[in-house]
Amino acid sequence: MLKVEGVSKSYRGNGWLGGERRQVLRRIHMEWNKGESLGIIGESGSGKSTLGRLLLGIEKPDEGRVTWGGRPITDRRARRGTISAVFQDYTSSIHPFYTVRQALLEPLKLVGGPGDARKLAELLRQVGLDESYLDKFPHELSGGEAQRVCIARAVSSNPQCMLLDEAISSLDGSVQMQVLELLKGLKETYGMGYIFITHDIMAAAYLCDRIMIVRNGEIEETVETSQLRHVKTDYAKALLRKVIV
Amino acid sequence: MKLLKRLLKDKLAAASLAVVAATLLIGLFAPLFAPHPPNEANMELRFAGASWSYWLGNDHLGRCILSRLIYGIRPSVLWVLAALGAAACFGAALGFVAGYFRGRIDAILMRVCDVMLSFPGYVMTLAIVGMLGAGLANILLAFVVMKWAWFARVIRTAVMQYADADYVKFAKVLGMGHFGIMRRHIAPAALSEIAVIASSAFGSMILQISGLSFLGLGIEAPHAEWGMMMNEARSVMFTRPELMLAPGLAIIAVVSAVNFLSDALQKALDPKLAVSGKRTSVFAGGMMRGLRKKEAA
Repeated sequence: MLKVEGVSKSYRGNGWLGGERRQVLRRIHMEWNKGESLGIIGESGSGKSTLGRLLLGIEKPDEGRVTWGGRPITDRRARRGTISAVFQDYTSSIHPFYTVRQALLEPLKLVGGPGDARKLAELLRQVGLDESYLDKFPHELSGGEAQRVCIARAVSSNPQCMLLDEAISSLDGSVQMQVLELLKGLKETYGMGYIFITHDIMAAAYLCDRIMIVRNGEIEETVETSQLRHVKTDYAKALLRKVIV
Repeated sequence: MKLLKRLLKDKLAAASLAVVAATLLIGLFAPLFAPHPPNEANMELRFAGASWSYWLGNDHLGRCILSRLIYGIRPSVLWVLAALGAAACFGAALGFVAGYFRGRIDAILMRVCDVMLSFPGYVMTLAIVGMLGAGLANILLAFVVMKWAWFARVIRTAVMQYADADYVKFAKVLGMGHFGIMRRHIAPAALSEIAVIASSAFGSMILQISGLSFLGLGIEAPHAEWGMMMNEARSVMFTRPELMLAPGLAIIAVVSAVNFLSDALQKALDPKLAVSGKRTSVFAGGMMRGLRKKEAA
């Protein structure tokens, strides 16, 4: 469904004439299939978030292409209502001038879905919040509440795929677990799949069917979650040794 | 309407809005409000004091000061507002393009801004007026030429800050177009920044146009303009101080009202400031705005 073919990405340095280009991703090939939960793990600077932005179609690759059902994902009509996202920084994920109601209505309006109060209340209920939150501004929410609103907003357009870019990293441990449980429940309710970008292998293993390990802009290894103990590369073994005692 | 309601909750903002709105209305409909023609000279009433038919008295040519004050709103406030609007729109458009799209276009635009901002503003305005000749149109042109770069620079910085926010990324993921993102997400957030710099620029432009008229480079006689009225009253500054006081107080009132209004507008636009209303945040915001105004000046 979502196909990445030979994608490379580099960024120009700062300065008037640009400076040297820094290669972030090198010839990435991967696929995400409908209903699947794929974890993308790697250390900071490995290129996983850049890969996430390319998968979301909000940046263009230097080489190769990313397609959704054969259409380039950079075509905004191709991704409208099909893919959604939750980002790490919940403080900047909701427009500071928007109430929760306005934030939830935005994707609904774009995909032409119903935007009545009942639908909004239902969305909030699904993420464990009640309708009293509808008229609150983001600064009136706790981190966990704000991230739940972001999740509700992401599922409101009924996407087939939700990309979670370090979506639980900035939450407290107990809230992380609650959000993971919530995501698992939503997967069953909506039948959608996830692309879960994280540096937390345990969280990825909990939520995902398949895990892709990224290192220095290249895919080091892809493995089924059930086979996680039998990874082949030394880097993947070393990564796992840090969390599995 | 919500914004207006929030704005009117602040008494100072409501009073400032009333002053600004009244000034604009009186200026626009000056012939309806002015009791006498502004250029009608009557040497018998030279330096006459206040009376029932001439509320603020008469100047050195026996002209009605109140009528000249009312007609003076047009060049001193309305035309300045038009020039400010032109500079702000042009600067904001370039600032939005540079801050949102970045890359080479940003680098080129900002170097042009650097060149423009490297000239001292007042001296350059004087130079442009000197080259093109005295007169309102040339002063306004000089204002637009000198101010757009400042708007572009500040708005570009604000846009860059908002364009990186995750809610903008989310809007892009949803498939919202660039124009939609700028209109719905970035412009409302950047508007408070624009309001602050526009208000400080408005104040300084009113003072500059009055200053240029005071120096004899602005509005040409016999047209009324607040700065020129002060210049004309200079010779009788100690014997008839009220002749200088009327336009001087008018300038102070309008500039202060605009500054108060911009501060209140920033608070009203940002729900965080509007809801908390705490002294600390307002004080901190005030300090930041003060610093920006100092930069603008």
